[in-house]
Amino acid sequence: MPDPKTCDMGGCDNPAVVRLEKVVDGKQSDHYYCESCAAKRGISLKPSPSFDVAEMLAQLGGGAPDPAGETESCSFCGLTRAGFKQGGRLGCPECYACFEVKLRQLLGRIHGSSQHTGKVYLPPDPAPDDAGRRLHVLHVLHGRLEKAVAAEDFERAATLRDAIRALEAGAQA
Amino acid sequence: MSGPDSASGRGLDWLDATGPHADVVLSTRVRLARNLQGCAFVSQAGEAGRLAVLSRIEEAAARAPLLEGAAMLRMPAVPERQRRILHERRLVSQELLGAGGEPLAGTAVIVPAGSTASLMVNEEDHLRLQGLAPGLQLMEAWRRVDGLDEEIGRTVPLAYHNEFGYLTACPTNVGTGLRASALVHLPGLVLTKEIEKVLRGVSQVGLTFRGLYGEGSGVVGNFFQISNQTTLGKSEEDLVDHVARIVDTVIQTELQARQVLMRDARAATEDKVWRAYGLLLHARSLRYEELMSLLSGVRLGVALELLPGPLVRLQNKIMILAQTAHLEDAAGRKLAPEERHAHRAEYVRTALEASAAAGNGEKGGTSGSQP
Repeated sequence: MPDPKTCDMGGCDNPAVVRLEKVVDGKQSDHYYCESCAAKRGISLKPSPSFDVAEMLAQLGGGAPDPAGETESCSFCGLTRAGFKQGGRLGCPECYACFEVKLRQLLGRIHGSSQHTGKVYLPPDPAPDDAGRRLHVLHVLHGRLEKAVAAEDFERAATLRDAIRALEAGAQA
Repeated sequence: MSGPDSASGRGLDWLDATGPHADVVLSTRVRLARNLQGCAFVSQAGEAGRLAVLSRIEEAAARAPLLEGAAMLRMPAVPERQRRILHERRLVSQELLGAGGEPLAGTAVIVPAGSTASLMVNEEDHLRLQGLAPGLQLMEAWRRVDGLDEEIGRTVPLAYHNEFGYLTACPTNVGTGLRASALVHLPGLVLTKEIEKVLRGVSQVGLTFRGLYGEGSGVVGNFFQISNQTTLGKSEEDLVDHVARIVDTVIQTELQARQVLMRDARAATEDKVWRAYGLLLHARSLRYEELMSLLSGVRLGVALELLPGPLVRLQNKIMILAQTAHLEDAAGRKLAPEERHAHRAEYVRTALEASAAAGNGEKGGTSGSQP
């Protein structure tokens, strides 16, 4: 909102968060409301995700949703699948492990892939050891190479092979 | 009265108009979404959880060499007007300002010296790092933010999954967590009515477009923010390169549209841009939407050399400093809407007159477009 306004409702000085464009007989007029005055006029501020992940999740697996699955919850934060479908947001990193199978399908639909091919992250090590870190990266890259070959993505496999060779050469240097 | 320029100097370097294609691309931005391992995401965290995350991120930031001299601002402690200034400078999102303008405990922003980056804490994700650069410099913005990410991730463990990559609150950001965007000015395509076709094409190649202030904001002044829609399955460099190549195509299409305007409607275009300049120079009351629309005309006029000035840098500066919180900061008080429009017009007029007097744009001289 480039130019914050105050609410148009009489006697209310709250910052406006909603702009209502009205067109009556071809004439447009703008009205600004704060959250509570907007609610009084029946305007909902519930954000809609840019992808309707909840809708996508509901469709996964086809058919009617499994009632037992709806109450399946994350062992760390307690978010249920129903809660995720409602809000479109996960509760914690552990949710990705708890709902892994369903999420893999969902991510495939959103992104066209569920396999991360970007930076390999190495968490901080209390005693940083270059050789150990290199081995970890090599392990991850080998795993990705196997997947790329299995998927017959030979262009990607060649890139990964070069990255592995470069790392191995670095180890010997 | 001190001018709007007297507000904290941080957060303006990205609009200095020095980057490539500055006549079409205002700025580029690359943001990374990151979360701390073992901590509930912001929506589930509660106040204690958010404060714990903030404390760990502050500690990591204090140990990051790239953040030496950075300003760490806890949002609830920042005065309300200064918070809006940070938003107007695009250093914090609307979401970080909080519902009804009241930021949540634990929300913060870290602004490095030089201010071509910012780190939002406890927005939708624990950490939103963004690198900003003037003109079209996506790789540059990516490298800047990658460096910050490396330094933070070395101190505090980030939520990462070997298959899914960096884990985020919304599955649409998972993987790289990277959103690369360019803020482009496309008046040629709007005037030649080609814009819808171009934006449709942009959508078909996996990119999306938004208004000036990101998700949910409307398009003003013919500015469009073009960014990648997916974040998983491609490397960071591939994502950034894809956006850069598509934006480059959009730039070429815009430049062609401008040539069409010059060939088929030169007189009308010339009239339009001079009228825009005249209104900016003489208006006594300006709404922000009107200002942006007029600035769009002036920006086009300068790019087509139909207008001798003002310089692109000044146009960018006006876009930011003529916003409400900046004007109120200069006035030292809250301004009622009508007053605000008058202050805006006065600021714009003074800035343009000063620029013309300095030889960077003449208010009534020859247009520079005469054959």
